[in-house]
Amino acid sequence: MSEIRAGVGRLDLAGIRVAFPTGRDESLVALDDLNLRIEPGQIVSLIGPNGSGKSTLLRVVAGLLRPDRGEARLDDESIIGPDPRIGLVFQEPRLLPWRSAARNVGYPLELAGWSRHDRDRRVGELLELVGLEAAAQVIPGELSGGMRQRAALARSLALQPRVLLLDEPFSALDELTRERLNVELLALWARTSTTIVVVTHSISEAIFLGDRVVVLSERPGHVVADLPVSLPRPRSLATLDESIASAMGREIRANLAGVAA
Amino acid sequence: MTAAPYPAQAGGGRVGGLVTAAAGLVAFLALWKAIVIVGNYPSFILPPPETVVARFVSGWSDGTIGRHAGTTLLEVALGFGAGASTAIVVGYGLARSRLVERLVSPYIVAAQATPILALAPLLALWFGPGLTAKVVICALIVFFPVAISTMVGIRAVDARLLELARSLRATRRQVLVTLEIPAAMPSIFGGLRVGVTLAVVGAIVGEWAGSERGLGVLVNLARGSLFDIPLLFATLLTIALLGIVLYALVVIVERALLRAR
Repeated sequence: MSEIRAGVGRLDLAGIRVAFPTGRDESLVALDDLNLRIEPGQIVSLIGPNGSGKSTLLRVVAGLLRPDRGEARLDDESIIGPDPRIGLVFQEPRLLPWRSAARNVGYPLELAGWSRHDRDRRVGELLELVGLEAAAQVIPGELSGGMRQRAALARSLALQPRVLLLDEPFSALDELTRERLNVELLALWARTSTTIVVVTHSISEAIFLGDRVVVLSERPGHVVADLPVSLPRPRSLATLDESIASAMGREIRANLAGVAA
Repeated sequence: MTAAPYPAQAGGGRVGGLVTAAAGLVAFLALWKAIVIVGNYPSFILPPPETVVARFVSGWSDGTIGRHAGTTLLEVALGFGAGASTAIVVGYGLARSRLVERLVSPYIVAAQATPILALAPLLALWFGPGLTAKVVICALIVFFPVAISTMVGIRAVDARLLELARSLRATRRQVLVTLEIPAAMPSIFGGLRVGVTLAVVGAIVGEWAGSERGLGVLVNLARGSLFDIPLLFATLLTIALLGIVLYALVVIVERALLRAR
């Protein structure tokens, strides 16, 4: 397998404000004056109450949503639209139901105009990376939920992004599958050193994955706490049993309680 | 404990399906024959099936039916092709442009609500007794179901998949070719299946309104100057078979294209 390129991938979010028109005069302010800096290769867990604009923030970084104020920058360049240097994994796998796993994983390459030959080679690597070689020709309807999300993860890595954004990627899966995929995600990260921003509802997941846990407030969302996770890597599921993890959990919970009163 | 076998499905399987269809045909012919015998109908009211089949064979072998069938087939093919291809383009416009929908949809509905039987004489007057009038009538009658099913199919394309394509910087054309058309294809073919049978109706109606050749003309001849009622039935049988064959062709193309997605 060819090594996936280690890239830079610094994110700077400064003064981000996003408001949605509601039809009446006032608009719904999802994010207001949000500031966040993410260093290359870091994993940042974003956690916050419902409606705190976590997914909105991810869309801004992904270039799918233009902020009304402020700026999102990747490696000192303003993000003005979807960018091949940024990979995105949605809450749902969003696979094209008529395409095999392999052709779904290769979809970004196809859109980017890669030749058949290069595509096949890259798809082979990606499927191996997420352990789906055996299911290459299977359509999404015949894959398990975990396998579908693996395919979505492989697809997001197809163009070798510097930044990977994950929007509650495993939340629809059962607990055991979710834990296993989180472990796999960390293993993958260790090989690619991609910057990762992961939105989660789960405090333990946030601690397990993150170098930092960023807590967002209720709407309009902004950063209320930015907590470093001092657990050593590589982490295993047993890491969560350590006392640092439970102290961390208490701290996050206290911050969440403060904002979601 | 012995497990109960899986319940057999009536008419299931390929061979089972053929047997079921053949049994249905035999029952239909038997009923037909029974009605002729019980009612003691003369051949110029209701000829028995064997007489119709014999006339069908002789009509085809002496070229009477074939000459007219060729004309009708050409009308149907041209009209269906023109009507369906225009309808797919317009249906896409209806789905994706509010302006097109507001501008065009009242006329489409009004045209559909006007019986084609009432329009046919007018079109015959405008375009004369030749091929053109029939092609226009076929195209008109095919238009509505195909345009509507295309509109519904395109509108039903999952917005989340469209967002995925946007995040991968798909061009307008790529979205159309790799996402919208494959996703809407089953719906579009639903309209084409209805449309192709209606195209046969359109051709016959057009021929009735004024023509020198075609199966519709042959129906009139057999009933009128020739007074050959078995030939009339043989012509009706030909029209029905034409519909079945064209419908089957659409289904075959549909299967091939769905598999090629």
